Amino acid sequence: MVNLKNCTILGVSILALSLLIPVYTNSVNAQVTINGAGATFPFPLIDTWRVEYKNVNPDVNINYASIGSGGGIKQFIEKTVDFGATDAPLSASEFEKAGNAVHIPETIGSVVLAYNLPEVTTPLKLTGPVIADIFMGKITKWDDTKIKEINPGVTLPSEDIISVHRSDGSGTSFVFTDYLSKVSPEWHDSIGVGKSVQWPSGIGAPGNEGVAASIQGSPYSIGYVELAYALTTQMTYASIQNKEGNFIAPSFNSTMDAVSSAAGTLPEGSQSWTNVTLTDSSGPNSYPISSLTYLLLYKDLSTNPSVDEQKARSLVDFVEWAITDGQQFSESLGYVPLPQSVVDINEQTLKSLTFKGTPILSNSTS
Amino acid sequence: MPLKESKYSHADLVQKLDLRTKKKSFFGDKFFKGLVIGASLYTLLMVALVLFSLVDGSLPIFVKEGFNFVIGTNWNAVEGRESFGALPYIVGTLVSSAIAMAIAVPISIGIAIFINEMIPKKMSIVLAFVVELLAAVPSIVYGLWALFVFRFWIRDFVEEPLHNSLGHVIPSFAKAPFGLDVFTAGIVLAIMIIPIITAVSREVIKAIPHSQKEAAYALGATRWEMVKAAILPPAKTGLMGASFLGLGRAIGETMLITLVIGNAIGLAAIPTSLFSQSQTLSSIIANEFNEAANDLHLSALIGLGLVLFIITIFINIMAIFIISRVSKSYSNLRE
Repeated sequence: MVNLKNCTILGVSILALSLLIPVYTNSVNAQVTINGAGATFPFPLIDTWRVEYKNVNPDVNINYASIGSGGGIKQFIEKTVDFGATDAPLSASEFEKAGNAVHIPETIGSVVLAYNLPEVTTPLKLTGPVIADIFMGKITKWDDTKIKEINPGVTLPSEDIISVHRSDGSGTSFVFTDYLSKVSPEWHDSIGVGKSVQWPSGIGAPGNEGVAASIQGSPYSIGYVELAYALTTQMTYASIQNKEGNFIAPSFNSTMDAVSSAAGTLPEGSQSWTNVTLTDSSGPNSYPISSLTYLLLYKDLSTNPSVDEQKARSLVDFVEWAITDGQQFSESLGYVPLPQSVVDINEQTLKSLTFKGTPILSNSTS
Repeated sequence: MPLKESKYSHADLVQKLDLRTKKKSFFGDKFFKGLVIGASLYTLLMVALVLFSLVDGSLPIFVKEGFNFVIGTNWNAVEGRESFGALPYIVGTLVSSAIAMAIAVPISIGIAIFINEMIPKKMSIVLAFVVELLAAVPSIVYGLWALFVFRFWIRDFVEEPLHNSLGHVIPSFAKAPFGLDVFTAGIVLAIMIIPIITAVSREVIKAIPHSQKEAAYALGATRWEMVKAAILPPAKTGLMGASFLGLGRAIGETMLITLVIGNAIGLAAIPTSLFSQSQTLSSIIANEFNEAANDLHLSALIGLGLVLFIITIFINIMAIFIISRVSKSYSNLRE
């Protein structure tokens, strides 16, 4: 017991010391520290940027707390962080509360229907309405005629379907329910779109890990996870029918196609993005359940009183790097890189950013 | 030879001592009194602050839903369709804790008696140490173990056989088991609280005077009769206190529950069988608080916190009441 106590004391003091060290280095080098908070989904990518950006500009430190989109939006509006990150665009009321926020899409996510059917080796095909019926508890058996119809030649087991959804509020659920609302009027009317919705049936599991673990251990289950997660854990996933009627397997290319074909409809960075969705987008090869995830900045960065001019410039430089050179780290981490069309929109947005009325980017590049 | 007269008379001495203690106590007592009052005020202040922020935070939801918030079963956070009811999670909390208590209490008391009465002292020291070590395992460790390992054992060796053999007779086993349900949650909770209840029960049983046990043996009691007559009656209140301590832990447990209970929502979270998915008050707060950007949703989650607070207070009051009644009846018995 005494040893245990000593160990704890030692551990605590080491922790305390390690907390002190960065404070000292900061004061010596007069570096800029940029604080951000928000979505968990882009965290591995932003964290890689944090490390890699040290090679580009060693004087800029980036802190990113992946506390969830809701928390990120809250802290962004309360101005306790320099930038926010969210999987779903600001809602109308949030956009109004924030004042002059801009959305900068920084990477792309897509949602994959992963399943566990031990007997079935051919990839399963699913349509939007069938997925909606499964998650509403209307289709309860794997050999339901509706599933059989779209999978001719596949022998499906006569077992109960176990549907697994996210129990925590998440951008992944938002994208998934957004898609189902578009393709199933019944889903739209009875359940709707949200980061957490009232699931009529099935099992709730926390996080992508939780859903994946629930599916992997349990035959005859189906659930939705992020593409990156499905790729790294080697789960089997379904091809999904898109707007043009083609069955598309989720991949980097099919997700990028979906974003490119919707890029023309995107608003300017400073407008409201509330109604922006990339789900069920047109294009013959578009994967239908994809979405952008966003960084949030103020149009005039001096809106946040803790941001001075030097910090504003560092922040904009970093974001510009992230949406261009920073994209090279996407694929190895399982993220879909931004297509050029979206990068162009972002460049326009960044150029429009100001500090106390004067544009930031033209100052730093001139 | 007469005794040498003391310099001071008896009365003088008393006066001096009295003065001295008075002088000293004047400062010391006051200081001590202030310290103790301050410490107890701190506790009261904390409880008052918690209650205040819970009530303050949940006001919007009670204004909108009224008492329906407590008895409603709907839980819809979708913008424009907000409607919140706490009943499913109250039921889920009580059911999972009840399963946990039903399993944990007899086992814990059994372990405590075994450690104290059945084995040599050296072995009992080792065992007691192990139990205390288990009590220090963070609940998330039990939770992850349950999610990745234990639920398959439960499903394959307990739930499946029960479902297949008794499923059509007893409705509690009717639902096809998945391993993540209120039954698994109860068992894992029990595993978590057994070390806690055992550790306290052991101390309670240890405090019973040896003479009492020896008296029972002297009257020709077997070991079981000795336990029944000399240990359980006087230890009753203490054992109950230990159990309530475990119950308190079970009711408030969060992360472990979130991992294994299946996190159903709304009406679906009211368990209809042992193998139903459910949700507890604390698990839904943990699940949804991070992403609850909508004010009413946030207020509803804080409202669940208030409900949990009230349930906890109610259970504690009940515990005090039951314990005082039991100890009274025992002292009557002794007379």
